[in-house]
Amino acid sequence: MVSRQSKEESSRAFIANSIERDGMVTSVVGTFTSKLDEIDVAVSQIERGELAETIDRVVRTPAVGVPVDVDGGSLPDVVEVEPTVDDVRAARTGVTPATLGIAEYGSVVLEADPFGSEVASLFPELHVAVLRESDVVGEMREAFEWLGPRLREDRSSEIIATGPSATADMGGLVRGAHGPEAVHVILLADRVEETVERGSETEVADE
Amino acid sequence: MESEGDAVGENTRGFNQGRYDSVAKLEAYEELKSEARAIKEDAIERLPELLDELEETVEENGGTVYFADDAEDANRYIREVVAGKDAERLVKSKSMTSEEIEVNEALEADGVEVVETDLGEWVLQVADEAPSHIVAPAIHKSRAEIAALFNEVFDPEDELETAEELTKFARDRLGELIEGADVGMTGANFITADSGTIALVTSEGNARKSAVVPDTHIAVSGVEKVIPRVEDLSPFVELIGRSGTGQDITSYISLLTPPGASPVPNFEDGDSALAGDHEGIGAGANPDREFHLVLIDNGRLAMRQDAELKETLYCIRCSACSNSCANFQSVGGHVFGGETYSGGIATGWEAGIEGLDVAGGFNDLCTSCSRCVNACPVKIDIPWINTVVRDRINRQADGNADWLVEGLVPDEEPGGMDVQKRLFGNFETFAGLGCALAPVSNWMADLSVSRRLMERVFGVDRRRELPSFQRTTLKKWYDERGPKVSAPRRQVVLYPDLYTNTMQVDRGKAAVRALEAMGIQVVIPDVRSTGRAPLSQGMIATAREHAEDVYSGLALHLDSDRDVVVIEPSDLAMFKSEYEKLLPERSFRRLAEHSYDVMEYLLELAEEDGGPGFEALCSPDDGRSGEVAYHPNCQQKTIRKAEFTVALLEELGYDVVTSDVECCGMAGSFGYKTEYYELSMDVGESLKGQFTAPETRERTVVDSGTSCHKQLESLLPRESRHAVELVAPESR
Repeated sequence: MVSRQSKEESSRAFIANSIERDGMVTSVVGTFTSKLDEIDVAVSQIERGELAETIDRVVRTPAVGVPVDVDGGSLPDVVEVEPTVDDVRAARTGVTPATLGIAEYGSVVLEADPFGSEVASLFPELHVAVLRESDVVGEMREAFEWLGPRLREDRSSEIIATGPSATADMGGLVRGAHGPEAVHVILLADRVEETVERGSETEVADE
Repeated sequence: MESEGDAVGENTRGFNQGRYDSVAKLEAYEELKSEARAIKEDAIERLPELLDELEETVEENGGTVYFADDAEDANRYIREVVAGKDAERLVKSKSMTSEEIEVNEALEADGVEVVETDLGEWVLQVADEAPSHIVAPAIHKSRAEIAALFNEVFDPEDELETAEELTKFARDRLGELIEGADVGMTGANFITADSGTIALVTSEGNARKSAVVPDTHIAVSGVEKVIPRVEDLSPFVELIGRSGTGQDITSYISLLTPPGASPVPNFEDGDSALAGDHEGIGAGANPDREFHLVLIDNGRLAMRQDAELKETLYCIRCSACSNSCANFQSVGGHVFGGETYSGGIATGWEAGIEGLDVAGGFNDLCTSCSRCVNACPVKIDIPWINTVVRDRINRQADGNADWLVEGLVPDEEPGGMDVQKRLFGNFETFAGLGCALAPVSNWMADLSVSRRLMERVFGVDRRRELPSFQRTTLKKWYDERGPKVSAPRRQVVLYPDLYTNTMQVDRGKAAVRALEAMGIQVVIPDVRSTGRAPLSQGMIATAREHAEDVYSGLALHLDSDRDVVVIEPSDLAMFKSEYEKLLPERSFRRLAEHSYDVMEYLLELAEEDGGPGFEALCSPDDGRSGEVAYHPNCQQKTIRKAEFTVALLEELGYDVVTSDVECCGMAGSFGYKTEYYELSMDVGESLKGQFTAPETRERTVVDSGTSCHKQLESLLPRESRHAVELVAPESR
């Protein structure tokens, strides 16, 4: 396993940039996106600065959301970021940030915040989660190594969300029970330069 | 017996297969189970200290903790909280603990509207029924039944029919009820002492809504749910969905640390901002929110002090023991369950919470087939808990037919225990008499007047063909015949299990011939039966006496470096697992390490240098049918010995199809009992189906266990033989 520390998130020392599977070293992001694909979650891998246009393309209107704090990115006007309760009721899309991705499960971690992320990610039929590539970890255990200190220090509430809400209680599997019927993950490239570095490191590790 | 049709069987088998598929993808499955087990052991050991820590943490977070002694105490507190909020409606997510305390009834008596928001629970609330499964409460209801129920009760404009229509209807209706709710109630799958986090494992999203929409959150939980640290959740999160419904992970693992930072949405004022006035709130707890954690004892702290029931507290309520249970698949949780809990582990819960009487109402449905043992993510020995509870029930019984068996049987059990259990528990004594008096004993037993008497007095079902005792036991035959091997590689003990020795003597003779063909000199000592029969009736003291006698009888052979080869897998399983509870640790280890399944041993011999190889055994080339349909015994699968039969047969050139039912339904004496005969045959239907399908119906049927052999005989028109009879050379 090749592991190194992300420059921007030095506190997350545990982040593994690649995981070994069947003798092949795959990037965590690669594992994450193929897992999302497997569980029918749409994913857009975008560069910095493409956030607004991407969201414009994927939302079902009307859309609500909460401010997404990513470098150089902001939400397009189509997303109401200071919604009323009626806006939430009417919304078909909710856009929120995700604090962590878990590659082997295709999960995103959603943090409850004072802006109403918990409601915005749960009520509309489509949930769009915005996540930085550097926040994707490989395994569940790594996710809990981050969640442990986070929950102890901040006493925050976090949801490990995997795919849309679902139920089999009505005699067949149905997507979209109380929560969204579809999830779209927008993955922001924020370690492009590192990928190059990592590539050479991976080769070294392979030898 | 009543049962709930095909929905339960179809759904539980689906979950069970999903479990196999999902855990197969988990590389560290066994390690994760060990880790989960260790966390629970530690947490229950340190429970008082963890509860103190949790109380402090939750109060730091801005919540309140209430320790309730019992259901009434819990309900009194919850009613006070709800009354204090002037609440008219409380919305709930699924929680077995809230079922246990019957909080809905308590609140409804105060005029509070209680709404179950889990779709399955809501169906049951509308139908006024109780859950029949701890994870999928309405598993016994088919889509058509739910549609008929909704159409009748709600009379919608367009008749509801599909699962999508039913789900949307429920979502809309429940969505409105949640928006107008005053209090939200959830359970807790786990609670972390270090952060005060409630972990909820769900897929619908209703638990999230129930917790975030109302300003007041009440979580009810048994005290046993607390674990030390957030990081400890990791193995459980990986195991719980896979173990239960066969999902790698459920849609939502909610880690709620209430009261929490979320704003309280005011759905009564549509123009109000979702975020409210969040200025100054920051990331900490929202002061508008209120949180109450109700931690319930209700018998649990006493269970913690009970050496045998304590393990029940490790249960994470995943339902693997229900789904992997052949009897549960047939009857469902309304039959195989108590006041609240269902399935194998329910005996522990109901005995601890409600008492032995409630547990006794369904405890006999556990046949100790042991298929749940490897399925349990925290490695609880569920059959043992059932056996212990059965023993306790036996000991408190006040029977009135003592005179029939008292004095006749040599067991260690109290007078007054159930006469049917006593008959089956003392099978060794009756088998001894049966052989001595054969064939007269067999004719006598077959007389219709005898069968009627046996049915009336002992509950031995008349429709079952009784085992036929052989006048010449295996041991007697071998003593007269003597070994037929020159220059043996070594000596081994062939354990004369009760069934092989007295009834299925042919498979014993085949084992002797096969071992001799491999250059082995067989020793058949005079050792009594393992105690499987009394143990399965809950007669632990009698079983322990058997175990001690067996070990004494084999110790000399073990000291002489003789391995012990066993034909009957349910007896090998005694040596390999149950004897751990019956013998001193060293004796158990010594016997377990040197005991082998007969097919496993033959395979090892054939692969070993210095003696005959596979060519000494019979292959399809020797004129035997090469196409085989094999049904391994349930306990043999649990101790992971079934695959050796397949490996040896395939090595010899046989083409093997293996059944994939969890149990044949006979399960020792279970299928002989009048009250369970029909269930036993119903369970057997799956196996029958597999072995009468076009691709298997011409195949030679091969078995390994005595009771499976009897069941296969009654299910199929063609004969069934032990695998060793297939590979053993003809008489030498």
